[in-house]
Amino acid sequence: MRAYFQAVGAVIWKDFRAEWRSRENLSAMLVFALLVILIFNFALELDLQAKASLSAGVLWTTFIFAGTIGLNRSLAVEKDRGCLDGLLLAPVDRSVIYFGKAIGNLVFMLLVEAIVLPVFSFLYGFPVFHPGFLMVIVLGSIGYAAVGTLLSTMVVQARTRDILLPILLFPLTLPVIIAAVKASQGFFQGLPLAELSVWVNILVAYDVIFLAVAFMVFDYVLEE
Amino acid sequence: MNDQPLIQVNKLVKRFGPLTVLRELDFEVFSGEFVALLGPNGSGKTTLLRILGTLSRPTSGSVRIASYQLPQAGAALRAHLGVVSHQPLLYGDLTAEENLTFYSKLYAVEGDRIREVLDLVGLTNRKNDLVRTFSRGMQQRLTIGRAILHNPRILLLDEPHTGLDQEAGEILDSVLQAVALEGRTVLMTSHDLVRAASLATRVDLLSRGKIAASAPTSELAASDLVGFYRQGLQEGAGA
Repeated sequence: MRAYFQAVGAVIWKDFRAEWRSRENLSAMLVFALLVILIFNFALELDLQAKASLSAGVLWTTFIFAGTIGLNRSLAVEKDRGCLDGLLLAPVDRSVIYFGKAIGNLVFMLLVEAIVLPVFSFLYGFPVFHPGFLMVIVLGSIGYAAVGTLLSTMVVQARTRDILLPILLFPLTLPVIIAAVKASQGFFQGLPLAELSVWVNILVAYDVIFLAVAFMVFDYVLEE
Repeated sequence: MNDQPLIQVNKLVKRFGPLTVLRELDFEVFSGEFVALLGPNGSGKTTLLRILGTLSRPTSGSVRIASYQLPQAGAALRAHLGVVSHQPLLYGDLTAEENLTFYSKLYAVEGDRIREVLDLVGLTNRKNDLVRTFSRGMQQRLTIGRAILHNPRILLLDEPHTGLDQEAGEILDSVLQAVALEGRTVLMTSHDLVRAASLATRVDLLSRGKIAASAPTSELAASDLVGFYRQGLQEGAGA
C-alpha cells in the first residue's frame, strides 16, 4: 500500500515540477478564467437581484471552462511526448496514474479558483470566504476533475481530442455543475447550509461514485 | 543458459482491425541471450515488443516471460522488464536526475542506484540539466539508464540507434555491451545488420509477422549478413 501511495505521489510531484518550470497549463487556465469573469461582469451589467441568481452560474461556467483547458493538456502532454508508455510500463496498478493525474488536475483547478474567487468577490460583490461555500467549491471541483481525468484519458488517442473532451465531459458533469451552481446560489442568497444540504449531498454522492467508477475502469480505458 | 526459454511465444496473433500484423508467431529467447530482431518496416517488430512489454494485448496465442503468463500477470512482470521504445519516455521539463528520481519512485528503487546509472551512461556531469537541452544521443543514453534503473532481468529495445550520429551510436553500443555483460537478457529490434550482429549473440529475421530465419552471430560472417537477410525475406514471402 505504501508503494501505491508513493507512486501516486511521484506522478503528482512530476506534474508539479514540470508545471513549475513551464507554467504552460496554469497560466493558460488562469488568464482564461480571469478574462471570462471580466467579460461576464461588463457584458451582463446585472442589478442586485439578477446578480444573486446569475452570478453562481457565471462563476461555475468560468471554473469548468478553465478546468477543461487543464484537463485537455494533462494527458495530451503525456501522449504527445510519448511518456504515457513510460507510465504504463511501471509495475504498479494503473489506477496510480489516474489518481496522480486527477489529484494534479484538482490542485491546478483549486489554485486557479483561489485566485479567481477574490476577483469575483470584488467585481460581483459577494462574500466568498464562507466555509460552506468553499466546501461546495472543493466538492464541485473534485467531481469535475474526477470525471474529466477519466474522459481525457479516453479521448487522448483521438485526433479530435480537443473537441471531443468538452462534448463528452459537459453532459456527464451536468449533475455536478447543476448541484454546485444551486448550492453556490443559495450561499449568495444567504440561505443556511441546512437548506442546501440536498445539493451538497448530490455533490458528495457524485464524487464518491465517479472516483469508484474511475478506479475500476481506468485499466480498460488505457488499453489499445 | 537454461533449457527453459525465458521468453516463450506460441502461435501469437495480433490484428488491428482487418490488418493481421503477427501471424501465429513462434519465438523463444533464452536467459542471458542478446537477440537482435531484424526485419523490414511493417514486419511486426514493434508490435511484438509492445506485446512483450505489456503495452498491447495479443489477439490470440500464448506469451510467457519467466513464470509470468501475459496479459494476466502484466503488472508483476513489469518489475522485471526494461523497455526502450522509439520515444525516450523522458520529461523535457525535468532534469536528468529528476527524471530518474521520478521513475525510481514508480519502481520503488532505493539507495544509490540513480548515481550508479548516471555513471554508467556517462551523464553524471549533466545530471542537473533539463532533458530538453540534451542532444538525441544523450537522451537515448538517459533512456537506457531509465530502462535499467530497477535492474530488470530483461531489456526490450526498439530501434535504440534511430536518429543517432556515428559517435553517439558507438557510445550507445558501449553502454549496451556493458548492460549485456551484467547478465541481462536483451531483445533489440534494428535495421542496422552490422551493428545488430556485432552486439547480439543471435539474429532473428521477422518477415510478414513470422520468424523467417534465425542464426547465432558466431556462425555469421559480416559478408554473410546481407545474404542471410535477403534469403530470409524470400523464405518469409514464400511461406
